[in-house]
Amino acid sequence: MENITENRLNNQEDNSGNEPILVLKEVSVSYAPGKKAVDNVSADIYPNTITAIMGPSGCGKSTLLRAINRMHDLYPNIVTSGDIYLKGKNIMKMNPMEVRRMAGMVFQTPNPFPTMSIYDNVLAGYRLNGIKLKKNEKDEIVRKSLTAVALWDEVKDVMNRRGSFLSGGQQQRLCIARALALKPEVLLMDEPTSALDPVSTNKIEELLLELKKNFTILIVTHNMSQAARISDNSMFMYLGDLVEYAPTKQMFTKPKNKKTEEYLTGIFG
Amino acid sequence: MKDKDRDKMMWSNIKKRSAKDKIVFGAICFFSFLSMIPLFLIIWEVVSKGYKNFNWRLFTQVAPSSMDALIAKMSGEPIPGGILNGITGTFLIVGLAVLFTVPLGLFVGIYLSEHRDNKFAQTVSYLTDLLQGMPSIVIGIIAYIWVVKPLGSYSALAGSVALTIMMLPMVVRSTEETLKMLPHSLKEAGLALGASYTDVIFKVMVPSGFGGIFTGILLAVSRVMGETAPLMLTALGASVVNWNILEPTAAIPLLIWDFYNDPNLVDIIWSASLLLLIVIFLLNWLAKIVARKWKI
Repeated sequence: MENITENRLNNQEDNSGNEPILVLKEVSVSYAPGKKAVDNVSADIYPNTITAIMGPSGCGKSTLLRAINRMHDLYPNIVTSGDIYLKGKNIMKMNPMEVRRMAGMVFQTPNPFPTMSIYDNVLAGYRLNGIKLKKNEKDEIVRKSLTAVALWDEVKDVMNRRGSFLSGGQQQRLCIARALALKPEVLLMDEPTSALDPVSTNKIEELLLELKKNFTILIVTHNMSQAARISDNSMFMYLGDLVEYAPTKQMFTKPKNKKTEEYLTGIFG
Repeated sequence: MKDKDRDKMMWSNIKKRSAKDKIVFGAICFFSFLSMIPLFLIIWEVVSKGYKNFNWRLFTQVAPSSMDALIAKMSGEPIPGGILNGITGTFLIVGLAVLFTVPLGLFVGIYLSEHRDNKFAQTVSYLTDLLQGMPSIVIGIIAYIWVVKPLGSYSALAGSVALTIMMLPMVVRSTEETLKMLPHSLKEAGLALGASYTDVIFKVMVPSGFGGIFTGILLAVSRVMGETAPLMLTALGASVVNWNILEPTAAIPLLIWDFYNDPNLVDIIWSASLLLLIVIFLLNWLAKIVARKWKI
């Protein structure tokens, strides 16, 4: 592909001297033979940034995101090719369970485990992986994770209630806390606010800006203004291709590609 | 058509339609009530005839012999004895059947819900339906050939095998349906935390579906509790309390059948039936509570 180099982040000033934390190399995903949902995508993602993946429905943005934590392995008919390096390690050659602990995921609809308490939900990653912790270690992880998502004050007195007892926005923050508890290298978010009301959305956006100090975030969004508000860099995908990858400011003011411009100005999408 | 005429017509239409509504609603209520009548009649019959012998003796003494009952009857005393051997027998046979059914049904149910598009799973699913429609007497004969013949004796074990075959499709179905109803994202959420597939199934999916699965088990138990035909060919019945799973064992429905065939013991049928009804109602009630309490 001739535009691979173009897809490298088009801004060296911000990231000079910074090693990318996540490197996508010619990543393709196909649901059926010959039908690529993601086609030869290459990109470098730098630590402590928020990268928004935008594009019209069916452009492959969620598919690309799910390749990064090897979620496609669950479905035998989906084939992923190319290389993905997370902190220098090729995750395509790692055990998917290990990969998923390094790359936390937050889903479109909040999905706390309904049978677990708020406390246990935060620790679910440890419990499900059979990692035994001491009581004070558990308390510490729960407190830190919930504080990080600004939920601690709201739930510290109802720790033993089920996760489903919380409001939608609180549930989503609980799910983020659950992902953060495992201290992942990157946080993958698949339209995390699309099922939430504007107030909850706003809270999550503020939270992400806070979280990027310690984490690297990739967020799939169909909401252009959200991408503009919170992301440092943006990817625009169309029909499985990564059309443009640039600092968000630059993409929204001076898009290089005509398709990007058309999408951002609402000509299609 | 003038506006006035149209309004008039609409108004008469509305009247006609709401009258029709009322008639249909009335008919629905009437037929709903009608379908309840057999249930009320059964309960009335069983309670009014059964309460006399529904006392502590029923739970603490084994079934009386025909002779004792005759003597008591002639001297105007209540029938001596109860159905203790039946109660313990039913408990043993059904308990054993639950022990066999639950793990098996759970695994098959999980398999079917996890591999919906698989040809083999679809075949298993179809066969499960067939098994559910199998007449209980046929299942009794099968259990007779499989267990009674090789072991050389009627036994509680043989009875529980027959009941297991009857319960299995119900538990498989309820497990499968419950797990299918759980959101897909729940499984992905578990896997996204790096958990193994097995851990996600047993620590996330099954606990989340616990209400539905447990309800299915309770309903299956209440369904087979009153089964008589398959037990006649397998557990046979016994006049004493038996806890040995390899020996013939009594059961409440078997005793009811015995009592029916003995004119001297006919009175105690109703008390035994009443007990069976109460237990089945309690199980159904418990199933409802569990389903509500563990709803997701």
